[in-house]
Amino acid sequence: MSETPLSAPQAGIGRSGRAAFWLRNSAGTLFPVATVIAAILALWYLACIPMNAQQSVLEAERAGAIVSPETAADRRDLGGIVLGLRNPGPAVTGAFAQDRPRLPAPHQVAAELWGSTVGQKITSPRSLIYHGWVTLSATLLGFAIGTALGILLAVGIVHSRVMDMSVMPWAIVSQTVPIIAIAPMIIVVLYSIGVQGIVPKAVISAYLSFFPVVVGMVTGLRSPDAMQLDLLRTYGASEEQTLRKLRVPASLPYLFASLKIGVAASLVGAIVGELPTGAVSGLGARLLAGSYYGQTVQIWSALFAAAILAAMLVALISLIERLSLSRMGLSR
Amino acid sequence: MSEMIVSARGLDLTFETNDGPVQALKDVSLDVEKGEFVSFIGPSGCGKTTFLRCVAGLEQPTGGTLAVNGMSADAARRARAYGYVFQAAGLYPWRTIGGNVRLPLEIMRLSEEEKARRVRETLALVDLEGFEKKFPWQLSGGMQQRASIARALSFDAELLLMDEPFGALDEIVRDRLNEELLALWARTGKTMLFVTHSIPEAVYLSTKIVVMSPRPGRISDVIESPLPRERPLDIRDTPEFIEIAHRVREGLRAGMAAA
Repeated sequence: MSETPLSAPQAGIGRSGRAAFWLRNSAGTLFPVATVIAAILALWYLACIPMNAQQSVLEAERAGAIVSPETAADRRDLGGIVLGLRNPGPAVTGAFAQDRPRLPAPHQVAAELWGSTVGQKITSPRSLIYHGWVTLSATLLGFAIGTALGILLAVGIVHSRVMDMSVMPWAIVSQTVPIIAIAPMIIVVLYSIGVQGIVPKAVISAYLSFFPVVVGMVTGLRSPDAMQLDLLRTYGASEEQTLRKLRVPASLPYLFASLKIGVAASLVGAIVGELPTGAVSGLGARLLAGSYYGQTVQIWSALFAAAILAAMLVALISLIERLSLSRMGLSR
Repeated sequence: MSEMIVSARGLDLTFETNDGPVQALKDVSLDVEKGEFVSFIGPSGCGKTTFLRCVAGLEQPTGGTLAVNGMSADAARRARAYGYVFQAAGLYPWRTIGGNVRLPLEIMRLSEEEKARRVRETLALVDLEGFEKKFPWQLSGGMQQRASIARALSFDAELLLMDEPFGALDEIVRDRLNEELLALWARTGKTMLFVTHSIPEAVYLSTKIVVMSPRPGRISDVIESPLPRERPLDIRDTPEFIEIAHRVREGLRAGMAAA
């Protein structure tokens, strides 16, 4: 009875059932997800009113309206909420369309994002796609270096007790140093030996991304149990064969989890690496330039561009993960 | 006189644990001839699995001598003298059934045609034709264990070591696999060392039953089975079968009382 292949009857049910489940599931989650997004947007718009109240009331006063308190000096020390409550009309009407708001409204950020991506030539220094590509190229290079380094270290750590005890503590210590403190030093040191351009940023990016890969891969390479290792010993398999046939395939699910964390960390590293270089190009440069000139809309749109870029990178890794794990028969 | 496959003399094995030394094997002496089917039976902690692991070269005895195929157990392991079947099937989930059976062949670096041929032949031997491209999770527990037996058979070692291979299966599947195992043994003429904690299983399968007892792990009785090699399942209702089973039970009880 229990000898009947589970495959034949269940495979078909599994496939069609899975698709149906997914549809049902996404229909079921669409409404809650939309609700959460709507709540965030509502909160954001609401927050714009007190955040931008000083400017709104000032502009209303200049336009000839009577505001309270009447002089700018009296208003200066009032909080945005109090000011908004005492001048509800001007505070609400003036909150969402300022040139340099303290907190730009979502539609302002969206418009700026649209204008600086679709509305510009890709080669223009005003194009977020141009700046995004500058950051992305450093991110990808750094991510590749960090991932390769992380995997290499993990293989060493798993096979050598000396490496386990000497490398791992330093890897952990390296992550406790604030990156913002170490980034300028890396750039200065590399510049003094003639390395500049994309490489210093990639180094900082790799510095952040190798760590999750090391931790994940050490766990993954050690995940085979004693029986699976014994089995290979009964075949007289070498260490290298054990690594290739057992440890590496067993570690892949761990690797993908690490890569998702690592790629996001890489992007942060590349952006941080752009801050001390004088802010010529890249998303980090847009952030810095925006804060020099009080261009909050520009800052926020660069922030969102970075977040969208990170989401795309993580989604790409998820896709590769799904494809490779299902090819390996590891996803059901 | 036929060929000696396993020969143990005064085998001792003491594990150093945090609670002090534990004697897993004490003065174990045993000979296994080519083509025999030897079962090891006893309560947990009697050292039956430990003895099997010693033969496999996975544990180092602390005393006595042990020869497998005329060499040391470690040399026999490196010469791939045996196939080992563990209690759990332990198939690699990322490999198909065929891929799992191919694993030892890949490690032994056989040619592509040779690998393909042996995978096909061994899967046929355990009645798993047509499942080569399935993944382990698509198979029932009994079929997975058959695949793991195929994996141990694929490189055609003379000796098959089986550590409670059917322990986790239900009785109906187990009966069927026992029957198939006997047929397999008759067809291949391999030497079998089989660890179990089931008396009927031991008596049904074996030409020789080694009864072991715990603390310290030792052999308390060795029973040569008078049953014929051809054994239908209903042989288990014959007086001879019941008599051997009785003797095994007595041996187990005596061992427990002494401990």
